[in-house]
Amino acid sequence: MDLFLQRVFDAITNGSTYALIAVAMVLIFKATTLINFAQGEQAILGAFAVLQLWYWGIPMWGAVIIGMLFSAVLAAGLERVFIRKFDPADHLPLVIITLGLFLVINAIAAIVWRFDPQSFPQLFPSGNAFTYNNVRLTWYSIFAFGSCVLVLVVFQTLLTKTKIGLAFRAVSSNLESSRLSGIKIGPTLQFGWALAAAAGTLGASIYAANPVLQIEPSMMLRALIFSVSAAALGGLDSLWGALIGGLTIGFVQSVVVQYIPFIPNEMSLSAAVVVLLIVLTLRPSGVLGTKAVERV
Amino acid sequence: MTTPLLRVERLEARYGPVRVLHGIALNVYEKEIVVVLGANGAGKTTVLRSISGMVETSGLIEIGGESIKKLNPSEIVRRGVAHVPQGRGTFPELTVEENLKVGAFIRNDKDINNDIETCYESYPVLYERKTQAAGSLSGGEQQMLAVSRALMSRPKLLLMDEPSLGLAPQIVEDLFARFVTMNQNQGTTMLIVEQNAQLALDIAGRAYVLESGEITLEGQAEELAKDDAIRRAYLGA
Ligand SMILES: Nc1ncnc2c1ncn2[C@@H]1O[C@H](COP(=O)(O)OP(=O)(O)OP(=O)(O)O)[C@@H](O)[C@H]1O
Ligand SMILES: [Mg+2]
Repeated sequence: MDLFLQRVFDAITNGSTYALIAVAMVLIFKATTLINFAQGEQAILGAFAVLQLWYWGIPMWGAVIIGMLFSAVLAAGLERVFIRKFDPADHLPLVIITLGLFLVINAIAAIVWRFDPQSFPQLFPSGNAFTYNNVRLTWYSIFAFGSCVLVLVVFQTLLTKTKIGLAFRAVSSNLESSRLSGIKIGPTLQFGWALAAAAGTLGASIYAANPVLQIEPSMMLRALIFSVSAAALGGLDSLWGALIGGLTIGFVQSVVVQYIPFIPNEMSLSAAVVVLLIVLTLRPSGVLGTKAVERV
Repeated sequence: MTTPLLRVERLEARYGPVRVLHGIALNVYEKEIVVVLGANGAGKTTVLRSISGMVETSGLIEIGGESIKKLNPSEIVRRGVAHVPQGRGTFPELTVEENLKVGAFIRNDKDINNDIETCYESYPVLYERKTQAAGSLSGGEQQMLAVSRALMSRPKLLLMDEPSLGLAPQIVEDLFARFVTMNQNQGTTMLIVEQNAQLALDIAGRAYVLESGEITLEGQAEELAKDDAIRRAYLGA
């Protein structure tokens, strides 16, 4: 029982960080029905920027905020230079571009920061918030989960209560009528890219700040697969679905794999994908994803 | 004669290498309802999309005497042109009220909420459904919403692409009656493209006939309604 509880806590920890990257993807997907494969790499670049700022003597949370701004501006630039000239309705070129960005950013991070793992400073109070027998709930887990919920609430508010948020959702709902309503599509999507990148950088920083992990340029590769699965599981266009998806993937990874003896630990990645396949077979639009509501 | 609100001359439009409009001229004067009749594929949608800046064109398009040829769609909306596109003019995932707010996107004044109220008064159904996703409305209700969405920008000129499409005859009659009321009370100028010639000619002052990308006939709607060729082609007579 203790072990089980401990696994659940681990699941929440991992799940929250996957969810933060997943949320970034969901945001872009909502507007463009495009999965930005470079999302994880943009995030790790942001996290390295945070680390660099910290090396330069900026306090950790200040560094995170500047890092988020940096990656937002960078993403806005990427959107303007690489994405905007393509027809948003034609996906293949865009997918290829995000894959290209993925490789390029990955290479840049590797050249600048090398492949050696480096320790990443703590973001949250260390130690346990709660211990019972052998079960420990760390402050890190609580704060990771809390940050994820906070980001979701902020996004939700931006999307539903502000004019740019409304424009963003209009663009995702009907591109042509958005144009005809005077919405400038490019800048609106650019806003989404910036917001997604900021969330991604926060996610990667929190991920790297996990006391048991170190930061290195390819750390997001694994997390990316979990995050894509989380996003798809929750419903690619649902923000809260990303959290549910993230937690589910975290759960599969730490609980299911642990308790089913014939699944070796190395298989946790595939186990996540198998769960994804099962859910999507039963509910193609994900747990919370919108089914098309038109009744033409 | 006064300057027309919309003036189109020698309009050509192409999709890639294929030219689909071959030098079109049409005028819409303030407070008029003008209809463009044409069969499937005649180029009706392309005419409206050209005016809204959504397709490559050559020729002349002026609003109130000023060229809008070089402007992009979002600037053209700001010049007072609203466009209800063919078929899907709503945002299905947004609520009815959000649809109306998107319609007012280009505005910053304080009257937006008043205008939403006014719209609810003319269409109580929309009020009842204001928090519901637009996609859950019936076809007729969606068309009302699409028109209301367009009106929320307070346009000088309302372009409508086959508003009768897919609607039951009764609903179309009701919708068109509302266009007349709107035109008489608020003086809204309208350019409507239609295949439903009967009703369209009833409410229009003037009409054009578009065939394979060319205007082949134009005149007073009443006169055209009596024209034998029109009666054969569009009125099933
Ligand atoms: N995006 C496009 N790419 C290429 N050709 C197009 C495109 N849209 C329309 N066309 C062609 O241009 C011509 C005019 O089309 P348009 O949609 O303007 O006709 P329409 O009169 O609105 O027809 P309908 O009554 O069916 O709506 C047609 O031959 C059509 O095939
Ligand atoms: Mg058409």
